[in-house]
Amino acid sequence: MANAPSNLLDEKQVRHVAKLARLKLTDADVPRFSQQISSILQYIAQLQQVNTTGFEAMSHPLPLTNVLRADEVKPSLPVQQVLQNAPSSEGPFFTVPQVLDATLGGG
Amino acid sequence: MQSLISALEVRDQIAAGTITATAATTATLDRIKRLDKTLHAYNSTFEESALQQAAAIDQARSAGQPLGPLAGVPFALKDNLCTTFGTTTCSSKMLQNFRSPYNATVVNKLQAAGAVIVGKTNLDEFAMGSSTENSAFGVTRNPWNTQCVPGGSSGGSAAATAAGLCYASVGSDTGGSIRQPASLCGIVGLKPTYGLVSRYGLVAFASSLDQIGPMTRTVADAALVLNVIAGHDALDSTSWPDPVPDYLHDLDVPLREVRIGLPAEFETEGTSPQVAQAVKAAVDFYKSQGARIVPVELPHMRYGIAAYYVIAPAEASSNLARYDGVHYGHRTAAPQDLYDLYAASRAEGFGPEVQRRIMLGTYALSSGYYDAYYVRAQQVRQLIKQDFDAAFKKCDFILGPTSPTAAFEIGSKSGDPLQMYLCDVFTVTCNIAGIPGMSIPCGFSTDGLPIGLQILGPTFSEARMLRLARQYESHHDWHKRQPPIQ
Repeated sequence: MANAPSNLLDEKQVRHVAKLARLKLTDADVPRFSQQISSILQYIAQLQQVNTTGFEAMSHPLPLTNVLRADEVKPSLPVQQVLQNAPSSEGPFFTVPQVLDATLGGG
Repeated sequence: MQSLISALEVRDQIAAGTITATAATTATLDRIKRLDKTLHAYNSTFEESALQQAAAIDQARSAGQPLGPLAGVPFALKDNLCTTFGTTTCSSKMLQNFRSPYNATVVNKLQAAGAVIVGKTNLDEFAMGSSTENSAFGVTRNPWNTQCVPGGSSGGSAAATAAGLCYASVGSDTGGSIRQPASLCGIVGLKPTYGLVSRYGLVAFASSLDQIGPMTRTVADAALVLNVIAGHDALDSTSWPDPVPDYLHDLDVPLREVRIGLPAEFETEGTSPQVAQAVKAAVDFYKSQGARIVPVELPHMRYGIAAYYVIAPAEASSNLARYDGVHYGHRTAAPQDLYDLYAASRAEGFGPEVQRRIMLGTYALSSGYYDAYYVRAQQVRQLIKQDFDAAFKKCDFILGPTSPTAAFEIGSKSGDPLQMYLCDVFTVTCNIAGIPGMSIPCGFSTDGLPIGLQILGPTFSEARMLRLARQYESHHDWHKRQPPIQ
């Protein structure tokens, strides 16, 4: 059974959701989002009044399933074009800040 | 003041040699230079490539080569459609400098049909909004009253088309983003059945709701553009495989014995009396033409906005996860670590409304809340679709207002997200059910602002819907009025 939602998003929850969403909020953002999203959630709460028992969740408007194509190798974009919008790249790679601890060494 | 002609008319004049594509394009570009400082309908314009495309059309014509159905027509694209030329910004700082390595399918089709792409139009950031005020590059103004919004999210396309800064445009519609700005700017806007037009190369907002469609000054132009952009595309797995009809065929032949459904649920307190009156007059017109008016019920329509604001943000939070500061888009200057690279790049790149919807969608999908919000909203989606299925057994089309009010003043709703969301009260259920809907001009408020009539129909009823719309248009001249900005 689902949690009964409180339809309020307190500041602690705002920080938690922002972390899940990878959004670095400022301290000023937090109360504003808490207030605005809570007010939207209170509006959305009316969905709880609807009797939905026995009705299948509808994820998509068309009865299209298992759209398949032949499994053939086709040309894809050249690496240079794939990287043309990358904020930072090196050779054929996207680059990011170091992920592994350098002191761990390698090899 | 020169009167604006339609895309079909300019195409025919170019084909007949009355004017050249170059002259039509030059005139449009001049008009953009003169008026777009005020309106800001465009994010970018392509003077050089547009004139090259126009010259190629003129050359093809003098060589006696066959011309495409949009040959030489100055055309605008909403700036969330990928193009290999110029940038594709979605009116977001995140994509300010993004250059797509490929064209959207609709862009390829429009260019193959001879459309001359003059520019890309402003929108609410990532198509999230109903006023174009959420653009990172500044608001677009309504050509009927520059103190008012043009609607949104395809507000730039609507304003450009209404003011003659292009002959036709395409927008995208996730919850009303073609129809509501069309209504507020006094033009024709059509959201096709989900799957009729390929979404390949449309920057995704909510994939089960998004659909591309025409924004034009006449019903025939909407049919003309739909002819070009509709049809199956192997690059979009949600594209419908059936062949499409010629939407211009029989366009001028009125439907016989049409049954028009009027849902009681459309009579909400929020609708302005002038809008209600204009819509009633349109219904009376159809009645006078022999249509049978039947009462229908859409009992779950009142839950449309609530269901939409779970489903759309949920899909958006997933779709927009790709903006990570790594592959493309904005990257923060000095990240402390990989997490900070993601979180700071996204916080800097996305505006407040986009962040709000990502937060809302992430919450609705998060562990413990998924069933209560997301699954329930999808069940309500099923109920809304079943309401329409039942209604379309009793009637052929449903009529009502597109927007509860005419255009509102810039800044009057931007402080309250929920008030802004309620602008789409009549339009969202169409996307939720996947059915087609269109808005056509049906009057003006006493302040001189356009009012739109919304027509909703069963899936793949566009050909008949366009005929119904054309029947109204051929007996009225709202679409011939031009905005005061000249």
